[in-house]
Amino acid sequence: MFDNPDLIKAIFGRLTLESLPLHEPIVVGTFIVVALGGIALLGAITYFRLWGYLWREWFTTVDHKRIGIMYMILGVVMLLRGFSDAIMMRLQQAMAFNGSEGYLNAHHYDQVFTAHGVIMIFFVAMPLVTGLMNYVVPLQIGARDVSFPFLNNFSFWMTTGGAVLVMASLFVGEFARTGWLAYPPLSNIGYSPDVGVDYYIWALQVAGVGTTLSGINLICTILKMRAPGMTMMKMPVFTWTAFCTNVLIVASFPVLTAVLALLSLDRYVGTNFFTNDFGGNPMMYVNLIWIWGHPEVYILVLPAFGVFSEVVATFCGKRLFGYTSMVYATIVITILSYLVWLHHFFTMGSGASVNSFFGITTMIISIPTGAKIFNWLFTMYHGRIRFELPMMWTLAFMLTFVIGGMTGVLLAVPPADFVLHNSLFLVAHFHNVIISGVVFGMFAGMTYWFPKAFGFRLDPFWGKVSFWCWLSGFILAFAPLYVLGLMGVTRRLRVFDDPSLQIWFIIAGVGAFLILLGILAFLVQIAVSIRNREALRDVTGDPWNGRTLEWATSSPPPAYNFAFTPVVHDNDAWWDMKRRGYQRPLGGFKAIHMPSNTGAGVVLAGLATTLGFALIWYMWWLAAVSFVALLAVAIGHTFNYHRDFYIPAKDVVRTEEERTRLLAAGA
Amino acid sequence: MTLAVTSPKNAAPVFYLTNEQPHPEGSSTMLGFWIYLMSDCLIFAILFATYGVLSGSYAAGPAPKDLFELPLVAVNTSMLLLSSITYGFAMLAMQKGKVAPTQAWLAVTGLFGLAFVGIELYEFRHLIHIGATPQRSAFLSSFYTLVGTHGLHVSFGLLWLVTLMAQVARHGLIPANRRRLMCLSLFWHFLDVIWIGVFTFVYLLGVLR
Repeated sequence: MFDNPDLIKAIFGRLTLESLPLHEPIVVGTFIVVALGGIALLGAITYFRLWGYLWREWFTTVDHKRIGIMYMILGVVMLLRGFSDAIMMRLQQAMAFNGSEGYLNAHHYDQVFTAHGVIMIFFVAMPLVTGLMNYVVPLQIGARDVSFPFLNNFSFWMTTGGAVLVMASLFVGEFARTGWLAYPPLSNIGYSPDVGVDYYIWALQVAGVGTTLSGINLICTILKMRAPGMTMMKMPVFTWTAFCTNVLIVASFPVLTAVLALLSLDRYVGTNFFTNDFGGNPMMYVNLIWIWGHPEVYILVLPAFGVFSEVVATFCGKRLFGYTSMVYATIVITILSYLVWLHHFFTMGSGASVNSFFGITTMIISIPTGAKIFNWLFTMYHGRIRFELPMMWTLAFMLTFVIGGMTGVLLAVPPADFVLHNSLFLVAHFHNVIISGVVFGMFAGMTYWFPKAFGFRLDPFWGKVSFWCWLSGFILAFAPLYVLGLMGVTRRLRVFDDPSLQIWFIIAGVGAFLILLGILAFLVQIAVSIRNREALRDVTGDPWNGRTLEWATSSPPPAYNFAFTPVVHDNDAWWDMKRRGYQRPLGGFKAIHMPSNTGAGVVLAGLATTLGFALIWYMWWLAAVSFVALLAVAIGHTFNYHRDFYIPAKDVVRTEEERTRLLAAGA
Repeated sequence: MTLAVTSPKNAAPVFYLTNEQPHPEGSSTMLGFWIYLMSDCLIFAILFATYGVLSGSYAAGPAPKDLFELPLVAVNTSMLLLSSITYGFAMLAMQKGKVAPTQAWLAVTGLFGLAFVGIELYEFRHLIHIGATPQRSAFLSSFYTLVGTHGLHVSFGLLWLVTLMAQVARHGLIPANRRRLMCLSLFWHFLDVIWIGVFTFVYLLGVLR
């Protein structure tokens, strides 16, 4: 049977033994390390008999807090992969001078820079942002869970499915060599006939479904599930930014879905949307993908702005300055983010008037953003600032983000952009805003809410080590790129002719190495904190003297979040409760209605991932089977009408009495 | 709910509700489904925009005037519009709590939908037969994709319709099933609105120019 090539082709599609990158020693080495690590992890889980626990309590959970934590773990794990790509590029560029080819061949290097961008945006930044919103928003608005708890679980597993496909491309086949947005005609079948772009397409489509659904879910949650008394203008700023971010998600991810579907039609069916002949128009793709791509930038940074707003108010012991202007600035950014997409390709040649329009709208965005910076500064003014870690990240953000913002305004000037387009100046600019905005924001958020999620703080010493490594490494890594960009060096180059440039790349490489130390220190911080958890324990549920509702409940919160639904009278609801002598309820607890766990999300996302894999490799039978199975399971799931249960009153009483005891012991 | 939270100035403020069930099951469903429909609408918006840009790119191939047969499309349009009306009748029967008429009108709706998809497939088959394939030109690529995506939505709607009929047969018009029928109703009418856009911009304007 194995002598029949047609049969083999029918079963395995394009997948052959040659698809495994056995000739790439770097990949083989990575595979061995990952495989050993994976086997060790799976072995440990089996040895400690954790599978049942993980399946029942985590994989099938519909609890927004646990889903939030799983998103964060996914983001941090993928950060390690995305950063490995980054440091490989830095090393290659620092080495490839004076006739040296470096250590990465072009085939491999092009995959590395594509994977770096895709992973960092879709599978690091997005999970971290979504995870934080998932965890914090329901607690901040005094809700028991999100509007659609099952959908939340499904969304998470779809995001994970996308990540699995990207990781699979490392060892089975290859990834795209097109840059992170896969512009045609390069990404079309004629120039990229292998599986790389297909991995790209299906990883993003699978993850994109999850992202869109989680956006719908959180919008509904914020609109429908707020505690009584919490009007829209009494919502915490983080919830506001989460709301705007999810509006952006729902209003932009369908565009990505559509444009990638058109690209797949070009590749699979032979249509002519983005081809060079038969009337196709590649610039259509570039326009469409940036209509998604620019809002995406704000999807990532708005929640980070929300984190900074919470952190500044808490650690200055003051109400946030200019709440109303903060909300309107967020809304204005949300709207403006749709009117600037063309600034990513002024060089398309759309003419002076069009370019001026998009240049001016781009510059206008700096006004609401500037207003936010001033609001944070005025909150600090006359505040009692506590320089805890979240506050340090916030200060580092404010100092460095302003530089990134200014270079952004510079790039918004079309004539300047014609010179700087696709240069390392651009690369420096967007890393400057994304790292200092999103990454610092996520670190601030993780340090700030970690004690809420786990009941103990993160170790401050290792946190500070990580902070200083990140900050100095980030400046060292990207300041040289500004210089190189101004000197005319373009992005995505593998080898260099001019030896005078090398010193700048070496400095940037040192910066990347410092960031590596920062990441390692972060991992050490988590390990040390878990080991010293008793010393770092917080029993009050309010370790930072917080202002918003999430600090009103225990750390970690019980499954039902709040024994009684809180009533809100003020912007800083918990601060108001503390100030006016709120007494924690000690009796009268009732049974609480909660959604039940279900494995349907894992199964559906697994089938969707299988479908993606089958389509990538042209295994048509597997694609058909998994598609039909997907429909069958989805329909079958709708026949289950029993999706909820009651937490018995006696369990609530037990949980709450335990908290009373801890509070008394702590006081 | 708002009444309960505003306490008089001097009384002790109320910080929590002791007796409540403020978020009954399914209270967010209609809003959530509406937002989903708007996201779907954006997909169609992109397909319309793509068609708008590429609809003149014939690549020396056939143009709308050579291809579209308005009488056939008119019949097809009436199938879909009638199916929307009959779905409306199903919803009226549902409001009165009558299972049998609801099911009957749903079945009629399904038949009209099936006819719509059938006629569309017939049209596509005919076009492909005369050489106007999706690969022929960018115009045809965007035509097939826009119209086909709509047809795919109708097909999924049919699958959903059958599922809901089975669920109504099994459990009757319980609140959960009413909610589901309402969602499908929104979906079905939404596809009608999209089709009116397709009929106007693709077929009518196509044969005009």
